[in-house]
Amino acid sequence: MEDLVKRFTLPTGSVVALDRVSFQVREGEFFCIVGPSGCGKTTILRILAGLETKSGGEVAVHYHQNGRPRSAMVFQEQSVFPWMTVEANIAFGLRSQPMPAGTRRDIVRHYLDQVGLTTFARAYPHQLSGGMKQRVSIARALATDPEILLMDEPFAALDEQNKLLLQQELLRIWDESRKTVVFITHSIDEAVALGDRVLVMTAQPGQVKRVVPVDFKRPRNIPELRRDARFGELVYEIWSALRDEVLRAREGRG
Amino acid sequence: MNALVEPRIVWRAREDTEGRRRFMTMRRREILVSIFSPVVILIAWELLVRATLLDARFFPAPSSIVGTFWAVIRSGELRNAVTVSLTRIFAGFLMGAIPALLLGLVLGLSRMVRAFANPIVYALYPVPKVAILPLVMLIFGLGEMSKYVIIAIAVFFLVLVNTTAGVVMIDRIHFDVARNFNASRRDFYLHVVLRGALPSIFTGLKLALGVALIVLVTAEFVAARSGIGVLIYESWQVFAIERLFVGLVVVSFLGYVLSLLLDELERLVIPWQRDRR
Repeated sequence: MEDLVKRFTLPTGSVVALDRVSFQVREGEFFCIVGPSGCGKTTILRILAGLETKSGGEVAVHYHQNGRPRSAMVFQEQSVFPWMTVEANIAFGLRSQPMPAGTRRDIVRHYLDQVGLTTFARAYPHQLSGGMKQRVSIARALATDPEILLMDEPFAALDEQNKLLLQQELLRIWDESRKTVVFITHSIDEAVALGDRVLVMTAQPGQVKRVVPVDFKRPRNIPELRRDARFGELVYEIWSALRDEVLRAREGRG
Repeated sequence: MNALVEPRIVWRAREDTEGRRRFMTMRRREILVSIFSPVVILIAWELLVRATLLDARFFPAPSSIVGTFWAVIRSGELRNAVTVSLTRIFAGFLMGAIPALLLGLVLGLSRMVRAFANPIVYALYPVPKVAILPLVMLIFGLGEMSKYVIIAIAVFFLVLVNTTAGVVMIDRIHFDVARNFNASRRDFYLHVVLRGALPSIFTGLKLALGVALIVLVTAEFVAARSGIGVLIYESWQVFAIERLFVGLVVVSFLGYVLSLLLDELERLVIPWQRDRR
């Protein structure tokens, strides 16, 4: 099995959003990126997804040529098409993949079940809560069976309870598939709870401050994890690395 | 001073004793009131005319209009007028709305095309359509085509402007989703752009319907041999006031039915907004 590597080095034009950011994500790894708002973490993801171009440096994704899409993005909840049913939303990513209609239906049904929305298959998004819409967005990306799952603060808009529930569900689904995940968040807590490694970014221009390994056993139980003293230590460690950056970001805007 | 004093006044939340039943009767009452308001106006009108408080020469009593209505229906005159006018509306509507929709999608998607077309659109849009009628008749002759064209022009601008706005208002994130999931061109235009803009497109279609009726009647006043506009205009010329009122009632009824049809169509193609209202 070859080792998947992605490398970044990106000096941008007039406003430097990302300054020589370098990191590697291993195949099958759950990789989290935290940083103060405006540090360019979303930009990294958008470049990875091919939605944005880079201004320099090298970004390479090693992937298997097996017909699976290279990557799929879980966007924030308002990305769910309001004019499509839950079913049609989840099937959207599959439309570009040639397959018999029956297979497509089965895949959609499988992921509806995975995110617990089977009874809402025919519902329209406005009939769903924010958490349910986010599940649709997750299922839509998972259904395409991408090699890399890109997640852009997927739980940012949810309330605490829903967030915890979805985080746990995401871990469950991930434990089954062990896809490579790049997960952007501003929540240190979330990064530590989910990730194998956490990359801490500096304030603008975004640079790599440090990469913190998180070596909790899997499968993880998030509430249990939070009781662990090492969890608090890790959160504190990352917060210490981040604190100066958050303050700098505030001054910069001041 | 800190002796505990029992509060003496007790406030209790009111209990909902009637609940859903009251809501239902409210709704029913609303419908009844909506039905009765025109009836009340008609009765008042009839009484005022009978009491000679209203000049029957200008406002003939509803009862006498009903009689004329019947006569116009029986002679086949009304059916003929309605058929001719409806055909004009439909033809003009399609001729205007379809190109406007396609062009609107293009305008909404491309800033460059928008920058190019906007000055032209906004210069032509406010021109009263009646003002172009002579030119249209010069080019398309006195036949049916000139009526179709003038209605089409009126419809075109309203649908164009609203379609463009509808596409511009689509959340950019939906375009990102389409790109990220490698949507085909067809899926992109049909399932992201068109469906995303549909609510606004329907706003345009409804506005266009109203304007189409105005332009229709105007065009028929000026240059037509049949149609509802002609019925009204000729009645005026021979001072057949009851007939004139028949024409007015028919125009208002046509407008009502057509907008109901549009509402129904809207519910059909925009199911995701059905229970929002």
